[in-house]
Amino acid sequence: MAGAATQASLESAPRIMRLVAECSRSRARAGELRLPHGTVATPVFMPVGTQATMKGITTEQLDALGCRICLGNTYHLGLRPGPELIQKANGLHGFMNWPHNLLTDSGGFQMVSLVSLSEVTEEGVRFRSPYDGNETLLSPEKSVQIQNALGSDIIMQLDDVVSSTVTGPRVEEAMYRSIRWLDRCIAAHQRPDKQYLFAIIQGGLDADLRATCLEEMTKRDVPGFAIGGLSGGESKSQFWRMVALSTSRLPKDKPRYLMGVGYATDLVVCVALGCDMFDCVFPTRTARFGSALVPTGNLQLRKKVFEKDFGPIDPECTCPTCQKHSRAFLHALLHSDNTAALHHLTVHNIAYQLQLMSAVRTSIVEKRFPDFVRDFMGTMYGDPTLCPTWATDALASVGITLG
Amino acid sequence: MVCWQSVSVWSVAGRVEMTVSKFMAIQQALQPDWFQCLSDGEVSCKEATSIKRVRKSVDRSLLFLDNCLRLQEESEVLQKSVIIGVIEGGDVMEERLRSARETAKRPVGGFLLDGFQGNPTTLETRLRLLSSVTAELPEDKPRLISGVSRPDEVLECIERGVDLFESFFPYQVTERGCALTFSFDYQPNPEETLLQQNGTQEEIKCMDQIKKMETTGCNQEITSFEINLKEKKYQEDFNPLVRGCSCYCCKNHTRAYIHHLLVTNELLAGVLLMMHNFEHYFGFFHYIREALKSDKLTQLKELIHRQAS
Repeated sequence: MAGAATQASLESAPRIMRLVAECSRSRARAGELRLPHGTVATPVFMPVGTQATMKGITTEQLDALGCRICLGNTYHLGLRPGPELIQKANGLHGFMNWPHNLLTDSGGFQMVSLVSLSEVTEEGVRFRSPYDGNETLLSPEKSVQIQNALGSDIIMQLDDVVSSTVTGPRVEEAMYRSIRWLDRCIAAHQRPDKQYLFAIIQGGLDADLRATCLEEMTKRDVPGFAIGGLSGGESKSQFWRMVALSTSRLPKDKPRYLMGVGYATDLVVCVALGCDMFDCVFPTRTARFGSALVPTGNLQLRKKVFEKDFGPIDPECTCPTCQKHSRAFLHALLHSDNTAALHHLTVHNIAYQLQLMSAVRTSIVEKRFPDFVRDFMGTMYGDPTLCPTWATDALASVGITLG
Repeated sequence: MVCWQSVSVWSVAGRVEMTVSKFMAIQQALQPDWFQCLSDGEVSCKEATSIKRVRKSVDRSLLFLDNCLRLQEESEVLQKSVIIGVIEGGDVMEERLRSARETAKRPVGGFLLDGFQGNPTTLETRLRLLSSVTAELPEDKPRLISGVSRPDEVLECIERGVDLFESFFPYQVTERGCALTFSFDYQPNPEETLLQQNGTQEEIKCMDQIKKMETTGCNQEITSFEINLKEKKYQEDFNPLVRGCSCYCCKNHTRAYIHHLLVTNELLAGVLLMMHNFEHYFGFFHYIREALKSDKLTQLKELIHRQAS
């Protein structure tokens, strides 16, 4: 059932990850990704700019926050404005004028999120466009072709994605098919020296399936691996176990990208479990609902309690929003008829995520990551022992105890 | 709704009865550099107003002004703030003149000409009123006008003695997904002129009919001072919005990109367009000042009128 590794790529994949430090207790690592558009320090959080824009903020603002890699989405961009146009515009970098790195998702996740519009066969995913009703087939070859046109630094294989709440034979089918699609992606990839193709480990919440997938995919010499099929509706208890299983079987000298994560606690725990790269729409999405991320959780700035609160969102935060504006001002803006607050909050929330990752990295380099984790949990939950059970278990599994 | 004690306005919090004391209390809190005095401008919101009503609007506005001035004198916090007197009087010449003369007698820092907002046709009929009003005002105090923002109308008002304008026009242009592209360099170098002319001809060819656009809160027609970035022809246009413009948008992005942002309903579209439209509009005003200094306003006016539909 598993396709033998094709002979399509005879060259060994570039080693793009350099490890700078490792935690002596947990699996946390600090490193550097060497990518065509510059170096990226890991662990890294990658904001999601689905349609060639980070919702409401300019590339200059994003650069000023220290972001060096962000996401674009193949499915969306493939429809609008389309790969031909983007190629004419000097790739996605040229089109959106982003000088740093880009990672494009393959369109696989849309199979889950837009499941009513899609149909999966061995050939690929057939989507019905919500804009004009036209049908498109997204095959592994097509996905890679689009991503080649987009010119993103890291491209993702097209995987057969099932929701983590799905059980039964479909999960196994999807896992094996993802391996076959990985081989097809590798074969179709026209620019392996300029764009790094990552594999995506599937297998749902089944340890055996995941283990099989890991064994097979790590036989392919790709520059990096993503852990997929999680961060859906599964329980956190199952979630962390699959992450831990994955990192235990992935090569140490290649980056581990945990897709769709996320919340601050999840980021910290998954760094402890050995992940290097993360992406999630949460911080930017929650900003547009008026929620500001802070070390103790979040502030719902629309609430009356902030009406006369003249402090910044976070006095420790160095982002432009916290340097210039008060909670009271943002509260007033949120109750006005324009979108100004959303822009300010997007800037802050991205800053929060990036500053968090930076602090995590520094603690790994300075050999005090376990203490950092304890402080973080203490601030977030009031007391390290009040940390959610799943997180406590996950951390314990890699040698970090809380309180 | 206006009476002798107050002007009622409707806000997100419901109806607010703005009395002079409430109004001045707000000014004390805001501590503005300049503030427009409370006035009765209701006649400009209504069709066919009686002379009696117009007269009342002038009287009430003067009463409000005198009361505000008195309260300002008593307020330490407002000593540095400047009150702008509001000239009312609807479309009645006699009342306009009375309002101007009487307001000018008060120690105001400047004058706001109210009631000239409307559409281009209504402004044309009011331009004579405007000239007569400004003739009554002291030379050494600024004249502001509300509700006039289009480039051609701005020039008409400047010729008649107006100094300050609101900049809602570039905002409206942004809201309908458009970018200001009109030319205001009345003394370009010959090469630039040729390029501009070619560009303008293109625009005119495709703009035989002015399209009506319904956007949020904005039932304005697209003017000939702008281009509509939603149009399919910009899909592959990798030029900046305006060649030579030094705004952030033009230095960093293309028409094709803005088109994409508009088509996909992305928030960034408005951000970038607003930056450009403000820069363009303020650039226009820079050229107005230069034209006035070098006595070339006629050339600028001709240039703008050539582009007005």
